[in-house]
Amino acid sequence: MSETSAIVAETAARIFEDLADPQTVNQAKDEAWQAPLWASLEESGLTLAWVPDTLGGAGASLADGFEVVKVAGRFAATVPLAETLLAGWLLSEAGLSSPTGTMTVAPSRWADELKIDAAGVITGKARNVPFGRSAEHIAVLADGPSGPVVALVKLSDVRAGDGRNLAGDSSAELSFDKVRAVAHAPAPAGLDRKCLMLLGATVRANQMAGALETVLAITTRYSGERVAFEKPISKFQAVQHNLARLAGETAAAVAAAGSAADTFANGITDDRLFLEAAGAKIRVSEAATEGASIGHQVHGAIGFTKEHILHRFTLRLWSWRDDFGNESDWAVRLGRMIAAKGADDLWPLVASR
Amino acid sequence: MTAAIQFDQLRLPPECEKLRAEVRAFIAEEIEGGSIKPSGATGGDSFSREFSRKVGAKGWLGMTWPKKYGGHERTFLERYVVTEELRVANAPTRLHFVADRQSGPILIKYAPEHIKMKVLPAICRGECCFAIGMSEPNSGSDLFAARTKATKTDGGWLINGTKIWTSNAHQADYMIGLFRTSQPTKENRRHGLTQFLVDMKTKGITCNPVYQITGHHDFNEVVFDNAFVSEDHVLGEIDGAWKQATSELAYERSGPERFLETYYVLEELVRVLGPDPDVRGAEGLGRLVAQLHTLRRMSVSVAGMLHAGKEPVLEAAIVKDVGTIWEQRLPHKARELAAFSEPEATNQIPFEKKLAYATTIAPKLTIQGGTTEVLRGIIARGLGLR
Repeated sequence: MSETSAIVAETAARIFEDLADPQTVNQAKDEAWQAPLWASLEESGLTLAWVPDTLGGAGASLADGFEVVKVAGRFAATVPLAETLLAGWLLSEAGLSSPTGTMTVAPSRWADELKIDAAGVITGKARNVPFGRSAEHIAVLADGPSGPVVALVKLSDVRAGDGRNLAGDSSAELSFDKVRAVAHAPAPAGLDRKCLMLLGATVRANQMAGALETVLAITTRYSGERVAFEKPISKFQAVQHNLARLAGETAAAVAAAGSAADTFANGITDDRLFLEAAGAKIRVSEAATEGASIGHQVHGAIGFTKEHILHRFTLRLWSWRDDFGNESDWAVRLGRMIAAKGADDLWPLVASR
Repeated sequence: MTAAIQFDQLRLPPECEKLRAEVRAFIAEEIEGGSIKPSGATGGDSFSREFSRKVGAKGWLGMTWPKKYGGHERTFLERYVVTEELRVANAPTRLHFVADRQSGPILIKYAPEHIKMKVLPAICRGECCFAIGMSEPNSGSDLFAARTKATKTDGGWLINGTKIWTSNAHQADYMIGLFRTSQPTKENRRHGLTQFLVDMKTKGITCNPVYQITGHHDFNEVVFDNAFVSEDHVLGEIDGAWKQATSELAYERSGPERFLETYYVLEELVRVLGPDPDVRGAEGLGRLVAQLHTLRRMSVSVAGMLHAGKEPVLEAAIVKDVGTIWEQRLPHKARELAAFSEPEATNQIPFEKKLAYATTIAPKLTIQGGTTEVLRGIIARGLGLR
């Protein structure tokens, strides 16, 4: 990690520690804690980290932004920080300015169909849009008459369903019934659905890696506190081996997500990026499945309750597997790419990273 | 909530990629010449004096060692590239692999100068095979239960007892053995073992073959009957081997050989599935490639951290734990994914041959060089649980 990335990550961590401590948030009666958290993130320039200063953002590097989303994952805080980063990036790529406030992005699924006409009127549906009901704006990558177009839309102009993910965060079906964009511009060459999905997958993978780090930390700590059969359960070999497996899965997630982020940050755009980003979403999602279940097993009944913070991480880990392509979907795509290239090209591709 | 696990994002530097091209060119020549057989499965486990000598002549053995011992003073990352390329090509590296990876570094650290001057250049030339004398009939993972004795005599030591599951012993020039020189103390059960360099031609050493489930002879029972080892062949502190055993382990645990041992199955699977696999085949393949890519990134990252002078002990143990389980499951996973492939697919026969071999060697992968159970204990210690 570069020195600037470390400083940015530290700034983000301090804000989350102060304003989104998982214990405090878990006990909160309402969502009043979200406004001061967002205000503080916005004030520090973190929400528009990926927007150049000429377009109203903080102009941070891709690497810095990935560190921020990983920190956000460590706190599993329910604000659309990762989504706003992505939306800001998408708008900036098309030369559009970003508004302040919360944003989300669509599509986050391969199958969604969104069309935009020459006048900037959007029709179509996007499913499972994270924070689709609660964010203020949405950045949309839609199919235009002559190629992909980036558009900024006010979410109050869009009909939103009330779907939620396992953790209760908005994951809405959005219906665009001839919605007029606030602003729109053609996407630059190379910015297509695949590109957005790859970046979205890498962002989610880094959030998930952060969440797994916390699951490992709190599970390890709990095993040292909980006494059974007259000793801390961390002293039982069976528990130790479960925690070692959790560490292995967390390590794989951290390595895969970090590697994909580093690939994006270095501007690599060919098959290597596909291997890295798809590989990260696949491996991190597998780690989420395995890691969350070990976290619960070690915590026993207390981890299965609302009052304990574990669910803040595990429920999101399970849900985030599905955003920007789930692991099965990416695996089919990656497998097809490898098969089409052929056996002799497999190792050279793996070794190129 | 700070992150305990660290993977620096190292990419191999340009000199490594230049070297990789040289290694690939060499491998292509050797395939042409017949010393590497891409259609076989057992290549990586084969012993070839001729091939090892060629690798030595290329300057790819003792790569990181001082020049005065025949080494090449290159980086650990360059060694990494040579190791992974030869491993993936399933090249016959058995003769030199152990000597190059772990015996040489132990000698550099603990052997007297005149022995280093004699043995290390031979390793670098690819002429010297080493065995590791650790396991005994009643001492496996529990190394400190070793009972084979070294008793002080005039000018050296007399070895008596039995080592077992000793790979290469029947072909090895030397063994680095762990022998009991004192009884353990009440305070420290690890006390009392000493490392020795043993010339395998020494009178009083008998090697009896132990055949493996593959049908191959790799294991041996090595019986010591008053075998004499001279004083200058003691490696390090008498009774204090336990202090020496762990220092090089991060290198041994995190290398590419810890997840690539059955790689040839994956490559054949791609051929069996063909250029346009069904959804099931594609998904299975995609997952395997994502897992492999992740393991390699973890392993390269650990190599980079070691290169930078860090001590990623926890991360290295994790690479071996996750990596060996992956390479062990790979043949079984490949078998499932190939279940519906048509037998007339061009490479069905090599696939089946390689699959059969990988399936039979798979059980050893999570046992050799530290079992899964031992590794998880080490990881647990790294997490602060022990």
